[in-house]
Amino acid sequence: MGKRLEERFFLALMVASMMIVVGSLGLILVTVVVKGLPALNLAMLTQAPQGGYYLGKEGGILNAITGSLALAGGATLLSFFLSLPVVLYLQLFARDARFVHLARLSLDVLWGVPSIVYGVFGFTLMLLLGLRASLLGGIIALALLELPILVRAMEEVMTMVPFELKESSYALGATRLETALRVVVRQTVPGLLTALLLAFGRGIGDAASVLFTAGYTDRLPTSLLRPVASLPLAVFFQLGTPVPEVRERAYASALVLTVIILIISVSARLLTRRLTRHVIR
Amino acid sequence: MALRNARFRQLKDRFAGRLMGALTIFAAALILLIALGLLVRARPLLDIKPLGELLTSSDWHPRRGEFGFRPFIVGTLWVTALAMVLAVPPCLLCAIYLAEYAPRRLRETVKPLVDLLAGIPSVVYGLWGTLAVVPVIRDVITPWAGKRLGSIPLLRADNPTGYSVLAGGVVLAVMVFPVIISVVREVIRAVPDGLREAALALGATRWQMVKGVVLRRSLPGVIAAIVLGFSRAFGETMAVMMVVGNVPQMPRSIFDAAYPLPALIANNYGEMMSIPLYDAALLAAALVLLLIVLVFTLAARVVLLRAVRRAV
Repeated sequence: MGKRLEERFFLALMVASMMIVVGSLGLILVTVVVKGLPALNLAMLTQAPQGGYYLGKEGGILNAITGSLALAGGATLLSFFLSLPVVLYLQLFARDARFVHLARLSLDVLWGVPSIVYGVFGFTLMLLLGLRASLLGGIIALALLELPILVRAMEEVMTMVPFELKESSYALGATRLETALRVVVRQTVPGLLTALLLAFGRGIGDAASVLFTAGYTDRLPTSLLRPVASLPLAVFFQLGTPVPEVRERAYASALVLTVIILIISVSARLLTRRLTRHVIR
Repeated sequence: MALRNARFRQLKDRFAGRLMGALTIFAAALILLIALGLLVRARPLLDIKPLGELLTSSDWHPRRGEFGFRPFIVGTLWVTALAMVLAVPPCLLCAIYLAEYAPRRLRETVKPLVDLLAGIPSVVYGLWGTLAVVPVIRDVITPWAGKRLGSIPLLRADNPTGYSVLAGGVVLAVMVFPVIISVVREVIRAVPDGLREAALALGATRWQMVKGVVLRRSLPGVIAAIVLGFSRAFGETMAVMMVVGNVPQMPRSIFDAAYPLPALIANNYGEMMSIPLYDAALLAAALVLLLIVLVFTLAARVVLLRAVRRAV
């Protein structure tokens, strides 16, 4: 009797816990939609801030939308070109198992580094290079932030490439580089795309790392060396103003950001499903 | 011709290998580079005042050259500890449910939702905190606690704003849900099925099996998951900063405002150029943050590697 009761009791607790977890997600999404939707209109999406925008007059957050896309896009691209060689090296080239182990551990630890630290370090790098707060600065900080994410996600995909495939390629006389680029990469393109999407999503939502490195501006991004606006900071700054209309725009900006994240995660999921369609579980 | 071609291909291969190796060394050493970069820029302050003094002093008067991190570190610890208290029990139970009880369909519906929770940007969490969590604390919980719990030391409610350690803790707790859940799930999954079957065959109920076999076996991994969640929460900046009030004081109650270390950096960096050593002080703060997170993450990762390998 006692153990049946215990079983029931904990099962109920477990179901309740799952409700709490899923419910929090629901609460967050509902809050963002309910508050953001009324404030959202076409002008918000198609205009940059006009004169008096921060007092509640005309304008929108096109500067932040385009800025965020440029930041996250540039960072993901840069990070991809940094991480692809790393992944290929760890998978195909490295001979020293201890080094591989150490590198993976180091990248795992790097994943845990808070984004504010990337921001501060990025700013330090920029001082070294003589850069000011700019699109390029933001891209560098975000690319470093995305590096461990991309490496791990891409490694996960590449370990699924069957060993025999690589062996066959070597047996035909291909070098490691040729095997890497023409067999392994080609075999994992959808998985790599998913990894890129995930990294893009992490990059576009991060505020602390672009706070000092990218700055903020009302203009659309035109140059790598000029400051650039971003959606997370648009939420943050507009929320901090006393004008109610501007605060509402913060809600709308958060909704736009959340929708972008949702689109990214749904397409990543669809891609994954496509990729693993023939995998037997 | 063919031979030269082969030589060329081999050369190319070797060159690419070297280049990739160099990039890998760079990536693996990046963590050290970051620490070093912060250290170099924090040196002007660290040369004058030893780190121990900075960590234990409570005097924060940048204009007088006094940089005591204690209130900020204590503030971070309060918020993070509260977040863990709120997050760990539901996360463990949820992860156990998903790994041991839930039918496959449910499992496969919930997993993407948990992943989505991990993908939500921290400013959105912060916005949710200011719109939903802070008002509830201000209008419902604080007045109630003021009447009922006033005599309990950690629960004295005399901050009417709602921007408090409690708000930060709640927001952070939700933020670390996905971290803890996904790691615990992984650790539990690594427990061999044979052990489960043995327990069930001996007449254990499912929960007895979970309690006596699965959890006992995966305890190090579970602790590592909690530590990972802790270090994630410790460094979180924007969301916390939007709801904790940012008052540089030692909190005495979960209803008090606090000023965590990451918020200190985010709020002041960039506009402190005119005050001498302020810049170095904030870099030192970032270094402290990095080192604390580093120690925790490294320990958790080593334990996790061992836990998962042992099980395989």
